[in-house]
Amino acid sequence: MVDLFVTIGGVHMANPIMPASGSIAEGMADLVDLGKLGAIVLKTITPDIRQGVKPPRVVEYTDATLFSIGIPSKGPDYLLNHTVPFFARFGPPVIASISADTAEDFGTLAGYITDPRIAAIEANISCPNLRAHGRAFGMDPVAAAEVIRAMKANTDLPIWAKLTPNVGDIAEIARAVEDAGADAVVTANAILGMGINAETMTPRLGNVVGGLTGPAVKPVILRMVNQCAEAVKIPVIGCGGIATGEDVVEYMLAGASAVQIGTMNFVHTAAMEQSIAWVTDYCTRKNIARVAELTGALKLPVDQNSEQRGAVAL
Amino acid sequence: MTMTAMAKPEAPSGCFPRAENRCHVVSNAPMNSEYRLLVVDAPETGLSAYAGQFFHLLCPATATEQPFLRRPMSIYRIDRENGQLGFLYKVTGKGTRALASLAPGDELNATGPLGVGFSLPEGTKHVAMVARGVGLATLAPLARMARAQGAMVTAILSARAPEFLMSRDELEAAGARVIEVNDVAGNSAPQEVINRLRDIHAETPIDFMATCGSNRLLGLTRDLCSEWRIPGQVAVEAFMGCGLGMCFACVVPVRDAQGHEEMKRVCYDGPVFGVEEVTAW
Ligand SMILES: Cc1cc2nc3c(=O)[nH]c(=O)nc-3n(C[C@H](O)[C@H](O)[C@H](O)COP(=O)(O)O)c2cc1C
Repeated sequence: MVDLFVTIGGVHMANPIMPASGSIAEGMADLVDLGKLGAIVLKTITPDIRQGVKPPRVVEYTDATLFSIGIPSKGPDYLLNHTVPFFARFGPPVIASISADTAEDFGTLAGYITDPRIAAIEANISCPNLRAHGRAFGMDPVAAAEVIRAMKANTDLPIWAKLTPNVGDIAEIARAVEDAGADAVVTANAILGMGINAETMTPRLGNVVGGLTGPAVKPVILRMVNQCAEAVKIPVIGCGGIATGEDVVEYMLAGASAVQIGTMNFVHTAAMEQSIAWVTDYCTRKNIARVAELTGALKLPVDQNSEQRGAVAL
Repeated sequence: MTMTAMAKPEAPSGCFPRAENRCHVVSNAPMNSEYRLLVVDAPETGLSAYAGQFFHLLCPATATEQPFLRRPMSIYRIDRENGQLGFLYKVTGKGTRALASLAPGDELNATGPLGVGFSLPEGTKHVAMVARGVGLATLAPLARMARAQGAMVTAILSARAPEFLMSRDELEAAGARVIEVNDVAGNSAPQEVINRLRDIHAETPIDFMATCGSNRLLGLTRDLCSEWRIPGQVAVEAFMGCGLGMCFACVVPVRDAQGHEEMKRVCYDGPVFGVEEVTAW
């Protein structure tokens, strides 16, 4: 019997696999046994009610999608009265995700939704900071740390900082949120991208710019997970392009303690369950007693130090 | 990617209302120069579909293409007796080109049944359906549903030219009276269709309308429903991400009775909406 248990930033999980924020909703329960997941991560909410951006909202690429949804949100009361009760009945810990326009609003919202049915709060810091001309909080170590400190000051729940990959040095942001008290980092949100229709000479997304997700982004995010894991002591949750159990193992070898699956849930609703089964078989086959042993178990070339990996001669 | 090969075994029916149905292709033949009919053997969960619902189809990889996202396809035929589902489609892009490559015996992974379909008020006596293009496919099962509830069905089918008209046989087999109009004959303009419907209504009062596939037909259906004070529903089509209400990509503005507009998901809140709710799509 393989022990799949992991503890991530104060949250005890039966296995290391969970959905990425925004990749499941109530409809998933019509096909999938949500009780089997390591945790249930909810879609990001904001303090206010939002409709999201203008359609079209998705463009398809080979093994990737470019989405721009704009966080439609029904606000915190809907979360507490409808979403949390719906998902809490399945058993796995429920992780809320929040976003706001200022660090203080992040703090207030974290306090407002603090509730025994919520196991941790993910801070989606890939959104624009209105105090910094719309630059994402996660693009600046100071602003990212401010968000985490504001949340920590308002709640005792563990805080997971979900980083944006749209930075030059993600390890720096990971260190900043760790210093601010984050209990885990999630690496990462979507990669900024753009699509154009040559025939109509117009953008393919209503919002012009969107986030690239899906299997094609895996090598980029895998590298970032590895950089974060080497930079911080708190657990790193890998998220980006995971489709199979083999991808999960790769992320854990790179340093992740758990993973999130996003876009793949849209294509294969069974992706998470199948990944859990695959990882179990892998551990059995490799005589690995505890899945947690995989974290950081990558066998690196001995003659290369991590600084050298930071800048590859291309 | 090899996910298809390890697709989830179908959930025990009665436990999960929707599933990734592993279907097998029976036939996939062209019906005319534009449309193809894909018939598959489907498991029980798939056969629980009703009119207006859809399936999210995993398109097979071809030598040159691998559509990443699934493609929504409204259900054209629900044949519980023979355990089959039918999809009527027009090859318009990558996804439908890939579907056209399916051969008898091939597996088709079809997630569903999905969405909220048509609901016919109890006691409905005469349903009028107006559709154009591939929208016809969506209304065929409604004709069966209406007949089964004891209602009479009149279907007005519109097309560019007579050779592009589809579903006449399917609708007649379902027990509908079928009226064809087309652009070449010049009897498909909205005003002509409205006049036709007025005559039909004068003869046998229409107490429910349904439409799909054209903004102009939606407009005239909405007007007549409001004039005659009868309910009407429209099946909306949209490009989708997930098909399950999770990604919020396929939203359309929907208006409630107070005139308040909200972006709703075609895949989960629809695809069937009241004609008065949908502004444009
Ligand atoms: C449609 C869609 C909606 C998303 N919504 C959110 C969200 O509300 N909050 C968030 O932190 N990330 C959101 N994400 C990002 C995902 O959680 C995830 O970080 C990203 O998709 C990368 O993982 P993947 O390649 O497995 O999809 C969304 C992604 C998609 C595709």
